[in-house]
Amino acid sequence: MSFAFQATGLVKRFGRTTALAGVDLAAEPGTVLGVLGPNGAGKTTAVRILATLLRPDAGTAVVGGYDVVKHPAAVRRISGLTGQFASVDEDLTGTENLVLIGQLLDLRRGEAKSRAAGLLADFDLTEAADRPVKTYSGGMRRRLDLAASLVGRPAIVYLDEPTTGLDPAKREDVWNMVRAQVREGTTVLLTTQYLEEADALADKISVIDHGKVIAHGTPAQLKHIVGGQTISVRPADPAHLDAVSVILAGTTKGQVESRGRGVLSVPVDDAKVLGTVIRQLEQAGIDVIELSLHLPSLDEVFFTLTRGTEKKQEVAA
Amino acid sequence: MTTITTETPIIAVVPGRPFGLVRHSLVMARRSLIKTMRTPEQLLDVTLQPIIFIVLFVYLLGGAIAGSRHDYLQFLLPALLVQNVLFASAPTGVSLNTDIKTGVFDRFRSLPIGRSAPLIGGVLGDMIRFVVAIVVMLGFGYALGFRFGTNPLAVVAACLLVMFLAFSFSWMFVLLGMLVREPGAVQGLGFVIMFPLTFGTNVLVPTNTLPGWLQAWVKVNPVADAMQAARGLMVGGPVLDAVVKTLLWSVGILAVFAPLAVRAYRRKT
Repeated sequence: MSFAFQATGLVKRFGRTTALAGVDLAAEPGTVLGVLGPNGAGKTTAVRILATLLRPDAGTAVVGGYDVVKHPAAVRRISGLTGQFASVDEDLTGTENLVLIGQLLDLRRGEAKSRAAGLLADFDLTEAADRPVKTYSGGMRRRLDLAASLVGRPAIVYLDEPTTGLDPAKREDVWNMVRAQVREGTTVLLTTQYLEEADALADKISVIDHGKVIAHGTPAQLKHIVGGQTISVRPADPAHLDAVSVILAGTTKGQVESRGRGVLSVPVDDAKVLGTVIRQLEQAGIDVIELSLHLPSLDEVFFTLTRGTEKKQEVAA
Repeated sequence: MTTITTETPIIAVVPGRPFGLVRHSLVMARRSLIKTMRTPEQLLDVTLQPIIFIVLFVYLLGGAIAGSRHDYLQFLLPALLVQNVLFASAPTGVSLNTDIKTGVFDRFRSLPIGRSAPLIGGVLGDMIRFVVAIVVMLGFGYALGFRFGTNPLAVVAACLLVMFLAFSFSWMFVLLGMLVREPGAVQGLGFVIMFPLTFGTNVLVPTNTLPGWLQAWVKVNPVADAMQAARGLMVGGPVLDAVVKTLLWSVGILAVFAPLAVRAYRRKT
């Protein structure tokens, strides 16, 4: 199987700190690899190695078939990077920023200008095109930053925490832009602290903690690591909670738990139990306003995998 | 892990156009120019400061040193021009020190451009500061009564010579900017280097009035040669020896500090 990028056994130390202790990361062409982990887990270090900004102390990284240490120029030509901090020039306008990058990527001035105009339109920045970036809002900067990494139509894009500090609506915008890129065949490496983000975008997820990959798989596979599915029921009348509890305990073998006010949950081995639960609730005449069968959230997965060694990351509201 | 990472290109790389380093450096120089034009207050040290220097020295010392302010202006201005243009080379190190800490330099590093392009561009773009300093000083000097004693070609040659020396000096400060952590420290060190180099000359008084040890320093100080050359080319007098020495020093400083600066930049991550 050929990977768009593949890192094997990456080790990187900074003085006494081991940022990466043997990390393997890989993504097939046209897919999104989510790299999930808390602050300081080594996500950014791994991205910087793949983007040729850092040399690994051990291990290899191959991007588009080119070794990042032996052929950095080739890697730079086929990949684009959006760093954790907006990597655009505050004093220049949106257009000037993109034209500058276009020219550094060997586009002729005319080509660079039309590419810039196209990207600014795609990212809804046309109106702000001729304003210095320092007048931009956080969301606009992020969008320009993302646009900047796409000027050279890279086959591989690294997005290092692209939505950190954005409000949920803006985050959704960025997600849609990432999806649009992937539809065009781009391979994306996305680092994030937001489990929700990895779940929304990634085909595969590698969970990193303390410089090691502690789990790898599809979002669904990772969720199965923690356990099976759960049925949650919220009766319309809280007075029915006891009755619901009896029904859930009778139809499933699991331990019924109260999750928050007025909601009861129980783990199930077999999704078919849901039908039985619904019928029994009907027969008992209990109206419900919420009834669901779901896999555990990545939040729970992550918490289980890191075994609480790190404080649970705050997932932004 | 038993995975063997094989290196077989799976994505075609379109090669860049030729003369990349030259083009990329010029693109970066343009960026630097745009930034300077957007924040003209950055040019205070090449506009207001030279005027203050001229006024200060001519009116404070002129009468006592030369007996005539006009004579002193003729003596002082070409050398003061050298000093102020060299002063103008130090801030390049400060601004690059600040610049490389911003995210945008990460982006430049991730692009397929020569490692030296951002540095060359920064230095080239800042040469506008030399031009501004020269125009301001010659203009203001002229208003106070300074007159060239040679031909326009010699004056242009003097300006180019000074700019070339300042260009070489810039690389010294770029290196400093790469090695020192704080922009403030670059500025401080800049003064420590610039003051003995530019005041330890015959900028203010003739060399023969200096004590012996200082005369010895003036004899080996390249800035003193540049001042001698500028005086000769603008007012008149022997120039060949001073011009050749200035050119050799400029080439020497450039050959040593430019590669060191680029190397220091490469090592910074």
